[in-house]
Amino acid sequence: MTPKPALPHNSPSIDEHLEMHRRMVVTRELERQLGALHKAGVTRGPIHRCDGQEAVGVGATGALEDRDCVTTTHRGHAVYIGKGLAPRRILAEILGRETGYNGGRAGHMLIGSPVHGMMGGNAIVGASIPAATGMALSAQVLGEDRIALATFGDGAAQTGICHESMNIAALWKLPVVFLLEHNEYGLTAHASTQSSVADLYIRAAGHGMPGEQIDGNDVVAVFQAVARAAARARRGDGPSLIEARTYRMEGFSTSDVGGYQSDEDLARWRARDPITLSRAVLVEALGEDRVMDVERAAAETVAAAAEAAQADPPPHFVPHAPSDPRAFATEGR
Amino acid sequence: MAIMRYAEALNAALREAMTADPSVFLFGEDVADYGGVFKVSRGLREAFGDRVRDTPISEQTLAAMAVSASMTGLRPVLEIMYADFMPLTLDALVNQASVYGYVWGDEITLPFVIRTQGGGGLGTGAQHAKSLDSFVAHIPGLKVVAPVTPADAKGLLLAAIQDPHPVIVLEHKRLYNTRAEVPDDQGPVPLGRARVARDGSDVSLIATSRMVVEAEAAADRLAESGISAEVLDLRTLRPLDVEAIVRSVAKTRHAVVINEDWGFCGYAAELSATIMEHAFDDLDAPVERVATRDMPIPFAESLETAVIPDADVITAAALRALA
Repeated sequence: MTPKPALPHNSPSIDEHLEMHRRMVVTRELERQLGALHKAGVTRGPIHRCDGQEAVGVGATGALEDRDCVTTTHRGHAVYIGKGLAPRRILAEILGRETGYNGGRAGHMLIGSPVHGMMGGNAIVGASIPAATGMALSAQVLGEDRIALATFGDGAAQTGICHESMNIAALWKLPVVFLLEHNEYGLTAHASTQSSVADLYIRAAGHGMPGEQIDGNDVVAVFQAVARAAARARRGDGPSLIEARTYRMEGFSTSDVGGYQSDEDLARWRARDPITLSRAVLVEALGEDRVMDVERAAAETVAAAAEAAQADPPPHFVPHAPSDPRAFATEGR
Repeated sequence: MAIMRYAEALNAALREAMTADPSVFLFGEDVADYGGVFKVSRGLREAFGDRVRDTPISEQTLAAMAVSASMTGLRPVLEIMYADFMPLTLDALVNQASVYGYVWGDEITLPFVIRTQGGGGLGTGAQHAKSLDSFVAHIPGLKVVAPVTPADAKGLLLAAIQDPHPVIVLEHKRLYNTRAEVPDDQGPVPLGRARVARDGSDVSLIATSRMVVEAEAAADRLAESGISAEVLDLRTLRPLDVEAIVRSVAKTRHAVVINEDWGFCGYAAELSATIMEHAFDDLDAPVERVATRDMPIPFAESLETAVIPDADVITAAALRALA
């Protein structure tokens, strides 16, 4: 890890830190609820939990403005929460309900809410990278004061579109932040079997942009690094690459039988749980009661959301006119 | 009314669209300083500056950027130099544009255009001569047009740029230098409407892109034998003008479907199936299908002409339908 001195204007206030802490707890509770609902047979399809990685998505979005666009992966729940989406409607989407953000059409991997700048989970590994790059292009050409941030994993860092996007973004000085959420695994394969180098931030040099490695389990460190990169993007100085090191505590998805992550690694990273680390700092500053109240309220919010979402109705099928291959067959094409 | 080359008509459409709407953005390989390898974007860099950009050779990412930029207010027009390179763009089309246009519903529009050109006959070899129409016409949420005349080249490209949905414009390398009249006030041509290129009563030659030119030549030959062939230029491959096809087949009772892509699982097969579904009772004979032979396009002229259909092949198919 490369420790970076925190610049004062890039640091979250204690209230901002507490809010990020709350969002991490909401995300963790959401993942736990989903795990329980999966075991109970209430969910459909695979669910990709981000337990242990909450600080990356929450810290990054905490450093952005509402109008900034974020793209994420198939493991994007922390980003959805960080971007301000409501747990009730996230859960409803994941459970395939009419009240979900996308009316049950998207499922948990493709949730989008353009009014929040939440421009999509994306289940094609690597696709979040050119997606954010294109959103930065539109901001630049239209002269709009917004930036884009792509979160993607160490697996996605090996795709061709990752390198193509970084080259174009640096060439055109696009206002984009590349946030590499390194959780050590691409499905079951460890990063050491997928990358010729262990440290991925060094690739930034090959594209002529700044790159740094940070502790992805420290929500304040993530906030600070993204705030620096976002400020650079807003100034018109172009993209940055941030490699946030973290670890995937759960399986690839709810269908993963596991067995390939060592007990030592799991224990080591559990001791560095992002919520535990954040809580220690906040308790020191604000006292235990205040922090525990916030955590309790967060858990209650998610439990109530899960109960409400389960009672919501399933969507009714409606044909999609723009997909119709025949002219004149439907109204409103 | 001015006589224009097909490439000039496309250029006029781009110039007009970029003048009218500052969110129209043109990018692609060699499109800016050089003006495009087929000269379609000549002079636009000078006129519109940074809204016309040369790009790295990164088709996969460029297509994905066109999709996401269009979600956030831009109207990108991306040139993919050869249709043979379109497979590199397929993730952006089939897994991004198609998917998000549906799952996010009315919260976004996707007003981007990809212009490309396909077709053989100029000795460009197996990686620069294909017509991969079926690849893109297969994808829900996309529209696909293939202009044949300079007037339609201008009109369909204008309509494509204005459309709130993704549109793929399939141009043809052997059409760029063809000339014809383009009305001075040529505006957008509605998507999803075929054009009767030639009226006839005995057999319908239903064709796309430059195969319309070959079909017209075939119609000339058939006329020498006293056969009246109708030539239908589909213009839009998706959404398909089913009514125009049914109208023509109901009149002639014989149909030849013609497309320069491969035959097997190809666009011509869709046309044949469409006639079966919507006009079976009108047919006096089975539908004849004309398409490129199911193999890579060879280089030598004597080999290439054996693979890509022409007026002779279409004439023979029409005579079989009428036999």
